[in-house]
Amino acid sequence: MSHGAAPATLTPPRTGRSSTRERVFAALAPFLGLLVVIALFYAIPPHPRVTLLDLQTVAVHMVIVGIAAMGMTFIIISGGIDLSVGSAIALASVAVALALRQGWPVPLALAVALATGALCGLYNALLITLLRLPPFIATLGTLGFYRGVAKWVSNSMPVSAPTHGLEHWVRPVPLQEWLPLAPGVFLLAGLAVFLAAVLRYTVLGRYTFAIGSNEATARLCGIRVPRVKVYIYVLAGVLTGLAGLMQFARLTQGDPTVAIGLELDVIAAVVIGGGSLAGGQGALVGTLAGAFLMAYLRNRCTVLGWSNFVQEMIVGHIIIIAVAVDQWRVRRTER
Amino acid sequence: MIPPRLEMRNVWKRFGATTALADVSLAVQAGEVHALVGENGAGKSTLMKVLSGAVRPDAGQMRLDGRPFAPSDPLAARAAGVAMIYQELNLAPHLTVEENITLGAERHTAGVIRRAAHRQRIADIFARLQRPDLRPDTPVRRLSAAERQLVEIARALLADARVLVMDEPTSSLGLADIEQLFAVIGRLRAAGVAIVYISHFLEEVQRVAQRYTVLRDGRNVETGAMADATLSRLVERMIGRRLDEMFPRVAHQIGPPVLEVRALAGRRLPIAVDLTLHRGEILGLAGLVGAGRTELLRCIYGLEPVRDGTVRVATLSGGRVTPGARLRQGVGLLSEDRQAEGLALSRSIADNITLSRLSPLARWGWINPRAVRRAAAEWIQRLDIRTRGTEQRVRDLSGGNQQKTALARLLHHGVDVLLLDEPTRGIDVASKAQIYQLVGELAARGKAILMVSSYVPELLGICDRIAVMHRGRLGPACPAEAWTEHALISVAASGKELPA
Repeated sequence: MSHGAAPATLTPPRTGRSSTRERVFAALAPFLGLLVVIALFYAIPPHPRVTLLDLQTVAVHMVIVGIAAMGMTFIIISGGIDLSVGSAIALASVAVALALRQGWPVPLALAVALATGALCGLYNALLITLLRLPPFIATLGTLGFYRGVAKWVSNSMPVSAPTHGLEHWVRPVPLQEWLPLAPGVFLLAGLAVFLAAVLRYTVLGRYTFAIGSNEATARLCGIRVPRVKVYIYVLAGVLTGLAGLMQFARLTQGDPTVAIGLELDVIAAVVIGGGSLAGGQGALVGTLAGAFLMAYLRNRCTVLGWSNFVQEMIVGHIIIIAVAVDQWRVRRTER
Repeated sequence: MIPPRLEMRNVWKRFGATTALADVSLAVQAGEVHALVGENGAGKSTLMKVLSGAVRPDAGQMRLDGRPFAPSDPLAARAAGVAMIYQELNLAPHLTVEENITLGAERHTAGVIRRAAHRQRIADIFARLQRPDLRPDTPVRRLSAAERQLVEIARALLADARVLVMDEPTSSLGLADIEQLFAVIGRLRAAGVAIVYISHFLEEVQRVAQRYTVLRDGRNVETGAMADATLSRLVERMIGRRLDEMFPRVAHQIGPPVLEVRALAGRRLPIAVDLTLHRGEILGLAGLVGAGRTELLRCIYGLEPVRDGTVRVATLSGGRVTPGARLRQGVGLLSEDRQAEGLALSRSIADNITLSRLSPLARWGWINPRAVRRAAAEWIQRLDIRTRGTEQRVRDLSGGNQQKTALARLLHHGVDVLLLDEPTRGIDVASKAQIYQLVGELAARGKAILMVSSYVPELLGICDRIAVMHRGRLGPACPAEAWTEHALISVAASGKELPA
């Protein structure tokens, strides 16, 4: 019934300039948020100073959340979500421990970690594409499933195993004195550069954005949407596996009950970093800023001597605020 | 003199630069069925939205039985006795007939629903409609389309509706159901309800309505008694335009067949469609909204499941039909809904133009951003897309420029067969003329174009042949010169063969 009446002319087209300004603001927003959090914590008596050791600790904390959050960035940009990431990390860390306990060499244990994560991602993707489940529901189910598998293969007990020096990857103060931060941090940074390039300069990255922005358009353009989703979830799964390896390195054992609720930190990092739960938006640099913010938050709570439950109450609201800001942004651009 | 049951006087409504209603008046007496007719976009919907309180007019008054009526929202209009029955029915499928009819108007004592009172009132209403066979405890999802409509009407009667608006009430009904509906309308008339009846099916309109009002481009064109109006007069008043220089004729030569569709049937629509499209040909598909034209294009393109029949592109046929496979065969689809499907609004123009064919711009999966920008810049220039640059978001473009961006994607892909679904819907006149010119040039270069449009003048203006679709079936494709606007509209509305 709307042939002549032009819906497109109902609102005058916005000028490009304001959209550029919006985009610059969107890119800077996570860092502004970071500054606000830093300032807020400094404002609290007794105005705790940030020492080098604090920064080194924050950086190490950031490694696990950061690696997982980079995979989550792809998923969220494509319009999906993965609630099972914490359970998958626990499962991967148990798998690594079991492999090393068998006397397998480190490269093989690494392969086990990545393969475990990839399988978790693949299973999520198949549930989403073959059974056409909403990602939220599919991964809510696998959140329980992967945790159960981790407990099953470990008999619900932490699995101790020789670490072969893996723990040095995430030691806050590196053995090598010339290194300012733990090697794992540099691994994170290197991966971030690579994955940012994948997101920006590859066909996979372009399709990820396209599917999240408008899945119907992607289908219209002949993109095999289910297949691309499988790639995205498997890629995220590989990163989750790597995060599981780092989790093992941190604890020097494979713990099936580790990383409970970690998905909240991971998702929060992505959303703080500018990822939109409506899909089509997100940036890896922003995600890293978000991961740093989450790690910094937890570190400050520790420094201030606040209990764990205070941290949880704060983290819960960080997510609420980040998502509220995201919703507001979506409403504003679609108006 | 008794004032009319409903009177709308000198109603104006503007949306931005578009004037949707200009000085429109409408009067309906109690016990009258008043037909509101006009082409898509003539302003019927907007006028009814004003009546129902969904849209506030910029100027003008309304009166109900002589009393001023200015609803602030649809709820207020309903309370005042104005009820709408829409094409898409607004029922809760899981609730029962009774629960749906009384929804929002429940009688209760301290929160406990008085079901006996409900039952009595509903039984009264069904008796008035002479449909005592309807059972109040049936879940609505088990009812047929016709029965659901009765539930809607019963809901309106429960609210003591004095004015009933029916928007395309027969579009999803079979013949027997239509007769039943007309009988119900007759009883409503006898009860003194004023009915505004909107329909594209002009013959039905002639049967059911006593008076009519024609709207065109948001203005009153004519009001009169249905008994004095012939079908052709109504159609003439609806169209009211002459072909003009909008449609440049680009000389083009018709070549061998490139797309052959045989007995194609979709899940519901279309039903057994045959058509042949040639190189260098522009074939138009006319028909009413909901006739199945969009479904036909989507079945050909592989976006909707095909139940039966074959589609042959050039010499290729068979295999799994997906949009990707069709694109590789050189068939592209322009979606009728560029906002929801055609474009990724939050992405740049360059991304949108190159999305379906990134391979020549990439190596080993890594995209060359310069090549993407160069390709996009070329199409921006050739199609005269008004933008600040290749990286501007599509959301920020005007409708016409968005549509050109969607077309540019098909051209970038280099398709030979273009399935265009309402290519000029909702865009400015200048962009329309540019798109007509472009389509002509594409045909001159040997591309084949299958174009769905609800805007009859453009079909007559640029197509070589036109076929009319009616309730899922496609009539024969006849040369455009053999058609008139009148013939196209009346065949689309009636489904009859081309009048001689």
